[in-house]
Amino acid sequence: MSKKILLDKINVPGIKTYEVYRKEGGYASVEKAIKAMSPDEVVEEVKKSGLRGRGGAGFPAGMKWSFIDKKSGKPRHLVCNADESEPGTFKDRYLMEFIPHLLIEGMITSSFALGANLSYIYIRGEYMWVFKILERAIAEAKAAGWLGKNILGSGYDLELHVHCGAGAYICGEETALIESLEGKRGNPRIKPPFPAVSGLWANPTVVNNVETIASVPWIVNNSGDDYAKIGIGRSTGTKLISASGHVKNPGVYEIELGLSVDEFMNSDEYLGGMSSNRPLKALVPGGSSVPILPANLIFKTANGEDRLMTYESLSDGGFTTGSMLGSGGFIVYDDTACVVRNTWNFARFYHHESCGQCTPCREGTGWLEKVLWRIENGQGREEDIDLLWSIQSKIEGNTICPLGDAASWPVAAAIRHFREEFEYHVRFPERIKNRNHFVTEPFDKVRHLVSKEMI
Amino acid sequence: MERTHYKQEINMTETLMTRINELLSHYPEDKKKSALLPVLHEAQDAHDNWLSIELMDKVAEILGILPIEVYEVATFYTMYNLKPIGKYMFEFCQTSCCCLRGTEDLMDYTCEKLGVGIGETTADGLFEVRGVECLGACGYAPMMQLGDFYKEHLTKEKIDQLIADCRDNKIILHDK
Repeated sequence: MSKKILLDKINVPGIKTYEVYRKEGGYASVEKAIKAMSPDEVVEEVKKSGLRGRGGAGFPAGMKWSFIDKKSGKPRHLVCNADESEPGTFKDRYLMEFIPHLLIEGMITSSFALGANLSYIYIRGEYMWVFKILERAIAEAKAAGWLGKNILGSGYDLELHVHCGAGAYICGEETALIESLEGKRGNPRIKPPFPAVSGLWANPTVVNNVETIASVPWIVNNSGDDYAKIGIGRSTGTKLISASGHVKNPGVYEIELGLSVDEFMNSDEYLGGMSSNRPLKALVPGGSSVPILPANLIFKTANGEDRLMTYESLSDGGFTTGSMLGSGGFIVYDDTACVVRNTWNFARFYHHESCGQCTPCREGTGWLEKVLWRIENGQGREEDIDLLWSIQSKIEGNTICPLGDAASWPVAAAIRHFREEFEYHVRFPERIKNRNHFVTEPFDKVRHLVSKEMI
Repeated sequence: MERTHYKQEINMTETLMTRINELLSHYPEDKKKSALLPVLHEAQDAHDNWLSIELMDKVAEILGILPIEVYEVATFYTMYNLKPIGKYMFEFCQTSCCCLRGTEDLMDYTCEKLGVGIGETTADGLFEVRGVECLGACGYAPMMQLGDFYKEHLTKEKIDQLIADCRDNKIILHDK
């Protein structure tokens, strides 16, 4: 068993409630931080821990905290990003649903470190029942004296509220989230200024993912150095991975960073291998935005080293032969899956979710969806594959926020690693008429048709 | 915003107004607009799950903002319905991770069973089937959202049961 620090108590009966959570040692980090530490000392511990943003980007959390403008004298805010909507990702929901007080404890300790007196948890509107769980947990924490005025007699005040979105992936981008929290459309802002200087209502603001904030209590209770001992190299600590697709045991797992992909995929403690004993075809290791990996690059890197569940190892080889840890949305495909259909599906997602501010993304994501659909639907042309490549290359890097990149990368990676499958769709439209075409006849069985045609 | 022929009876009940005022108290006095998204959810839930122009105008009045500020938000976010919809909206997650587990076949089954196409409402106004984007339940696919709740690990049998339960008025849509 590897080390667990977030979900170690998840199976304690009643851990959802304040009483049980408190009895199990909950809220100790608030006591320790407020009574025995200065805000800067808390920031220092988080810096030492090497904790990196768990939402996907992996930016060091302590460093992000240290950027917050404490000099202007303006009110400061901590906003928790619980707008989890990256396809393949459902870890934050698990944590909030089953151990809500861990997030609330993390919010209080972190707000104290940042000197924030008014903080919010922004949760996606679809998680409405979780919104209610958090609302009730906040009320419990407040009744017990962990929120409100003069917490533990320290003179420190904090109000914490949950705020719900209404169905927009883009609000997971921190500046769009802030816009949405201000009651506007979720259009990302141009940076700079960064939220640390001008965020919510133009006040200095830090936006952190649920899992990032939930890691803070352990770091404060133990120490940043202890946290840094878990994991490997710059991938410190543990990570929640949400696994879906063709695996035996889909679900949410807490792993120690550094676990091998092979063990995570195949051991009974984790995913237990494929769901139907079919061959593994591909893996998206970190949510729909990250490059898809073909079977030969999943367990080993291009250099033949073991592929590990770390930021570094998963991105080993760059986009040519690697991918990213991202949000930990681990999507597994067996040989019945169609990469073209999957790529079309993701392109449709990004087209639907583009906020429409930047032309390359607004128009480009729609083009990607249309071209992919005609290939998947048997109306593709040979030159469409190069057309897709050209469109994605013109979106990437040319937009205000990373949604454009997120829409481009899956298309680029699919063509890079599975070009033959696109060619098969274009050349044999009659063979892909049924949407489950590879269920009856996996691509490996018909691959030879594509190569023959090339001779 | 274009006026439609859809009519809605506006009823800002005491329960609804109490909840709206509670939500407003979560934001600074001069930042009432911030409450717009949660307030729209409450208003919609209390009005057959859709927002008429008149209802949006009412929300604008309560928040002290311009009607256009409400319209631009209501049209941006997927969860706000701008016309009447079926009472029980089966919102299937149709993003790839769910499709790997048979969502598309199950959606076809549901549509056939209810005699509607995707995005259509049954003649009795009771059901509507929709395909929506990732709901964050990829490991529990196939799944759908029904009101404030998720129905997961769906099968044809579970769909049959859900439809029967809706007809028998056994389904709770909102957690208030």
